[in-house]
Amino acid sequence: MGNFPTTVKHCLSYEELIQDYPWLARWLQEEKRALTHEYPEYVKIVEVGPRDGLQNEKEMVPTGVKIQLIDMLSETGLPVIEATSFVSSKWVPQMADHTEVLQAIHRSSHVRYPVLTPNMHGFQDAVAAGATEVAVFGSASETFSRKNINCSIDESILRFEEVICTAKQRQIPVRGYVSCALGCPYEGPIESTKVAEVVKRLYELGCYEVSLGDTIGVGTPGSMAKMLHSVMKEVPSSALAVHCHDTYGQALANILTALQMGICTVDSSVAGLGGCPYAQGASGNVSTEDVLYMLHGMGIKTGVDLSKVIEAGDFICKALNRKTNSKVAQARGDYSVHCRMKKINT
Amino acid sequence: MAAVMRFVNRSSFGSRMGHQCLSLSRPAVVAKLVQDGASAGKTLPERVKIVEVGPRDGLQNEKMADQVEVMMGIHRRPGVSYPVLTPNLKGFLAAVKAGAAEVAIFGAASELFSKKNINCSVDESLQRFEEVTKAAKEAGVPVRGYVSCVLGCPYEGKVSPDKVAQVAKRLYSMGCYEISLGDTIGVGTPGGMTEMLQAVSREVPVNALAVHCHDTYGQALANILIALQMGISVVDSSVAGLGGCPYAQGASGNVATEDVVYMLHGLGIQTGVDLPKLMDAGAFICRSLNKKTSSKVAQATCKL
Repeated sequence: MGNFPTTVKHCLSYEELIQDYPWLARWLQEEKRALTHEYPEYVKIVEVGPRDGLQNEKEMVPTGVKIQLIDMLSETGLPVIEATSFVSSKWVPQMADHTEVLQAIHRSSHVRYPVLTPNMHGFQDAVAAGATEVAVFGSASETFSRKNINCSIDESILRFEEVICTAKQRQIPVRGYVSCALGCPYEGPIESTKVAEVVKRLYELGCYEVSLGDTIGVGTPGSMAKMLHSVMKEVPSSALAVHCHDTYGQALANILTALQMGICTVDSSVAGLGGCPYAQGASGNVSTEDVLYMLHGMGIKTGVDLSKVIEAGDFICKALNRKTNSKVAQARGDYSVHCRMKKINT
Repeated sequence: MAAVMRFVNRSSFGSRMGHQCLSLSRPAVVAKLVQDGASAGKTLPERVKIVEVGPRDGLQNEKMADQVEVMMGIHRRPGVSYPVLTPNLKGFLAAVKAGAAEVAIFGAASELFSKKNINCSVDESLQRFEEVTKAAKEAGVPVRGYVSCVLGCPYEGKVSPDKVAQVAKRLYSMGCYEISLGDTIGVGTPGGMTEMLQAVSREVPVNALAVHCHDTYGQALANILIALQMGISVVDSSVAGLGGCPYAQGASGNVATEDVVYMLHGLGIQTGVDLPKLMDAGAFICRSLNKKTSSKVAQATCKL
């Protein structure tokens, strides 16, 4: 009844009004439906901590720690865990142990373990190591593409085409990523039509899903809505995911906007692992714990056990000797508050 | 340091709908009202008023014995309002003596929280506030009301949206020009925020409501976005996110004004706030308190 005339509200309470005008309740139900949003019943969480998170750590993370983290995450109910990256160790030394990690983790039958493969060489190594799903990483910004993977967007897509074709023949699903979807550290704002173009190309080549990355976390609900609007003209929402960085604290609001627009796949990183290499001292990936807290609080199913994710986050933070970036994990220090919070949000 | 910024803003549909109130018995007119309301509710406000609570809500865990000195020492800019909290008549009289031109009263939607926080029941607290609002009316001093624990209580757990609506309605009918709804321990999520605002806005006009979200569980900006989508156009926040959560060790509290303003400006919503100057104020207070900012915008130094 938020839009009912203010003078009426000054005189009567809602209960009294409904008593006198019983037919009003039906009209007000219609108003409630118009004002509330439709949200997906289920959201798929793609856990990127072990890859996107750990690859940005300054210190080399021991292989045993990576394996243990992934094994813990496999017990949480997460449906997808990005395990590692088959990029040259010259460029990403933190992922040099990719084969060992992929072969040593205990693979749950309920979980998929995609790995990043930037080119044919990486793809072949990944398949030889037992990969059953791969991911390719494009960009909506020319400058970012050149600085990050040393080639233009067009050249990168040609490389991915090779990977996707071969993967198709071997029935290996391929996920696409488009970075700088809401802004680039070099070019600034990126046209949403450019993002849509790149997403469309990856989708038409054969990626079953394309994840839209706000690489430097500068997006806000306004720019998220605009970008998704353009992209959804070219690719169905069921084939899209959002990968929000929390560098400016906007991630959950941006994810909420994406959900309101029909997106139902969200990337996140346990404990918010993975800083932003473009902004000194800033945070990066949104933390899985905070995303789950929001989704569960909204009654959206994920199949994920939040307390187990918090445990995995505690483990990796102790191992890395660092504080968690998750506010939920920070808040649960007071046990009695935590118990009552469980009552509120179950 | 006191930097409360205030801009008058009115909900886009408040005045438009007012003159249609006489035709309640005609379904066609009510249907149009509902339709107008529905389309108005989907757009975001053009302007949002930011109520900066850092100097009070943020610093109150540091030291508050110097309130008179602060009130008399600050340079008051025209066009900026400097409300002060007055829990009872004695506080009100002292505030007015010190030169306060606006006051605030602080109720709770939870009985246990009221007892533990201000040592009396919700009803007893509302009676005390009635004395304040009466005296304030006579003195021509506007009063802002706060309701705490609107989305959860550290003692009672879940709080009924109808209870929140009841307390908000009483504060509003006592004469508070605005009611700020506080998610005191930051446990709320967009679902709970929606439900609570639906209940409250049945009893209090939406243009007299504000949200005061804590970021203890990282949900504040998402909750604020939902509130904006439901027609709320006043948001409380605290520079540098000052003010921890005393109920959860090591947890954050108030949402940072810098992060709120970043989101609003990114949405094309006017606030009248100069973000770089705000960040300077945040940097100043963090240096003085020797603590790190809780604002993510302040922490990020990206050149974009």
